Amino acid sequence: MSNSWYEKTALEIRDAVRAKKVSALEVTDSCLKRIEEVDGKLLAFIDVWADAARKQAQAVDAKIAAGKDPGPLAGVPIGVKDVLCTKEGTTTCCSKILKGYRSPFDATVIERLAEAGAVFPGKLNMDEFAMGSSTENSSIQRTRNPWNLDCVPGGSSGGSAAAVAGHECAVALGSDTGGSIRQPAACCGCVGIKPTYGRVSRYGLVAFASSLDQIGPFTKDVTDCALVMNTIFGRDPKDSTSADIPVPDFTKALTPAVKGLRLGLPKEYYTDALGAEMRDKIQAAIKVLESLGAEIVEVSLPHTDYAIATYYIICTAEASANLARFDGVRYGYRAPGVANVDEMYRKTKSEAYGHEVRRRIMLGTYVLSSGYYDAYYLKAQKVRSLIRRDFMDAFKQCDVIVTPTSPTPAFKIGEKTADPLEMYLSDIYTISVNLAGIPGLSMPCGLTASGLPAGLQIMAKPFDEETLLRVAYTYEQKRGFEMGMPAALRG
Amino acid sequence: MKYEAVIGMEVHVELNTQSKVFCGCSTKFDAPANTNVCPICLGMPGVLPVINKRAVELSVAVGIALNCTISRWSKMDRKNYFYPDLAKNYQISQYDLPLCANGCLEIQVNGSTKRIGITRAHLEEDTARNTHTIGGGDSGVDFNRCGVPLLEIVTEPDIRSAEEAYAYLTSLKQILRYLDVSDCNMEEGSLRAEANISIRPVGSKEFGSKTEVKNVASFSGVQKAIDFEIARQQQVIEGGGQVVQETRGWDADKGITFSQRAKESAHDYRYFPEPDLVPLVVDEAWEAQIAATLPELPRARKARFVSQYQLSEYDSGVLTAERPMADYYETTVQCGVPAKPAANWIMGDLQALLTEHKLEIGACKVTPENLASMIALIEDGTISGKIAKDLLPELFATGKSAKALVEEKGLVQISDTSELEAVAREIIASNPGPVADFRGGKEKALGFLVGQMMKATKGKANPQMANDIIRKELAKTE
Ligand SMILES: [Zn+2]
Repeated sequence: MSNSWYEKTALEIRDAVRAKKVSALEVTDSCLKRIEEVDGKLLAFIDVWADAARKQAQAVDAKIAAGKDPGPLAGVPIGVKDVLCTKEGTTTCCSKILKGYRSPFDATVIERLAEAGAVFPGKLNMDEFAMGSSTENSSIQRTRNPWNLDCVPGGSSGGSAAAVAGHECAVALGSDTGGSIRQPAACCGCVGIKPTYGRVSRYGLVAFASSLDQIGPFTKDVTDCALVMNTIFGRDPKDSTSADIPVPDFTKALTPAVKGLRLGLPKEYYTDALGAEMRDKIQAAIKVLESLGAEIVEVSLPHTDYAIATYYIICTAEASANLARFDGVRYGYRAPGVANVDEMYRKTKSEAYGHEVRRRIMLGTYVLSSGYYDAYYLKAQKVRSLIRRDFMDAFKQCDVIVTPTSPTPAFKIGEKTADPLEMYLSDIYTISVNLAGIPGLSMPCGLTASGLPAGLQIMAKPFDEETLLRVAYTYEQKRGFEMGMPAALRG
Repeated sequence: MKYEAVIGMEVHVELNTQSKVFCGCSTKFDAPANTNVCPICLGMPGVLPVINKRAVELSVAVGIALNCTISRWSKMDRKNYFYPDLAKNYQISQYDLPLCANGCLEIQVNGSTKRIGITRAHLEEDTARNTHTIGGGDSGVDFNRCGVPLLEIVTEPDIRSAEEAYAYLTSLKQILRYLDVSDCNMEEGSLRAEANISIRPVGSKEFGSKTEVKNVASFSGVQKAIDFEIARQQQVIEGGGQVVQETRGWDADKGITFSQRAKESAHDYRYFPEPDLVPLVVDEAWEAQIAATLPELPRARKARFVSQYQLSEYDSGVLTAERPMADYYETTVQCGVPAKPAANWIMGDLQALLTEHKLEIGACKVTPENLASMIALIEDGTISGKIAKDLLPELFATGKSAKALVEEKGLVQISDTSELEAVAREIIASNPGPVADFRGGKEKALGFLVGQMMKATKGKANPQMANDIIRKELAKTE
């Protein structure tokens, strides 16, 4: 038992730690040992903080010994996507331009989790600046899918998904701008939520697209998801866009009760673009919920076809400004041997950014340029409003919307790198959620014939994460299977 | 052909909030380089701006004072350009929805009033200060100024002469100082003025191509630069040429403008709404609350001084030029002394002392109460005006109360009849010549004798009484 603490859920760990059945240090050591054993295969971690993690665990143990409350996540190992600022180690967004950059502050989520007793074993791999759907755009390494090492873990939070699915840490933090939590969660067979925009402070999240970015957890099950949400949700005076809306105890929403709940199935999502095998998995999941008394309603999201174009205009426009600050003046990479400041900007950025980041900066600069602004950026903002309205209209007829997370399971490494548009299609079912600002969760709904996880996506009204969790929890309880240890990591 | 100038002004004022507009750093001016900085104003990865409520209130106060419409709903935008004085390589500013719009400011030129339209006033963050070593080498950036709240006030092209531009700037500065929203110190850069200048044939409705004159260090410099530009543009046009639309600098030593940057290379700023901030909502209640804190503005106060205190236009103008001076005057008068002498003392002897010691009225050791008590001592005959003139510099230097100093130095005016009669008799006895002259009909000799009396009493004799008594004594001894 004591050798396999890494396999436990966050709830199991914190209960055992609080009950003094195990020390936080033992859990941390188990997790660090697991990373040592399997990360050579997965390449999920880019930096392991063994010493710091042990110190954090010892502090939790000391609190318990002193009779103080160690917090609701006492001793839970939480991996951190490299897009979040941490005083420990470096914060690089897996980009050469921030190589060696040390943040002078912790992100608000890190502060809150530390306060709750969490332990941080290290930083996780991602697509450079969270731009990508396979984690192949990392300047550091290519993370593998724990279910098939030849496959990508999804992205951009691929390191976070692989680490949780591979049982390297009970929980990992990711960020989701267009599906960067939900799509890798689906690819790796874990639970991942993109909260309502404004639920989680973005302070300390290196911005990709500010109006779309949200931080969220990857967990092994829905209960852990609720547990982490309890800690990281809530207004932060450092983030003006964080919502001043009370945070309920989400674990109270975890009741297997969907009787009378209306599940909306948007007809625009169930088309031929969705593979037959994926469709079967989703339909089986819906059947489970239906058998428990949920009502199935067909809904329409008529502007779905415009979502990808809208998304890539808005996110690249914001990114072109957000990434402008990486210029070699104050920190990060600076190209050597330059004659003047303009050359310094040009060479620094050309040498340090990867292809996808450069492509998006140029696209974003273009759509904001005078003469093009109205045709692209302004129009995209209008379409974004229409997409949001589609969802609000649909939610008049249903309580949650149920869709696949991704049109296909995880694909092979290198399969889509040559074709960015093909890669962008990985997110067709997830990006509308970000454009609408609503919450979306992905959870496993079985394995395909080739042994790769399929993901079920559940969306809810803004700030109604409770209903979302209730549906997810009910399905998880009644689906009739366990994900178990991923194939590529079995004994 | 006769030409007329068409001028619009853009003024940037740093608002004197305690902290910067999007972070908690101090706005203090002369701190050592890069000490008033934090991750937010340095544009470190992962930071977010939070708007300073006070900066919004000060901006709205200016908007109200300039008769603007205050936007119920406005927003911040990103203005994108690459330059090392911007930490983020974009400046958070306001583009299409400024906080204040459609106002006006009335100015007075040559005794007549003219209304200058205010297009807009919007809030933004100031940039850092770049320093370069002379002759090349290293460049430095001081981020202390980066993020200081800045209000940009833009006029309509309503100004027609350098003189009007000067009057506009003076009037605007006076209002800003009255509102106490900015130090308006051009040398420290807390007020910066730019003029957009073009000329056109009188009667023409179209605008000529304009030049923008920047980096002028004083209002009089702006006035001279505009005069120069008008003449230069006229020369260009009359010589058959065309005015190039460009930015021009001002060389104060040579008294000329010079080309800095042609407009062709102007930036495309790619403005878009700042997604890290929520819309700026100023509801009626908040606007009313800010309006209620506004002081009486200079023009209204001047008019009231004329009617309430029966002062001349000129005196009222001088006394209301700066709010602390006007406050000083009113506090003095409220102590119960007559308005006119109070005005004379403040504008005369006290102002002279302030000028001599290069002090602002706020730093003056003579409190209005103390000045009032000195004036009261003159009014009730305790001291003479002459004594008061000698007394004021001491009050000014020491801050002592007038009453105490008068008693301490025994400066109380001699109003005792028998004492003055004795002095008068002495003077008559020792000045037979002038006495004979007076008795011989030379009225002038009386002045001399009174002067002798003042001298003998070290100025303490009540002058009116001295005059009366010596006359009586001269009559007696005849
Ligand atoms: Zn700061």
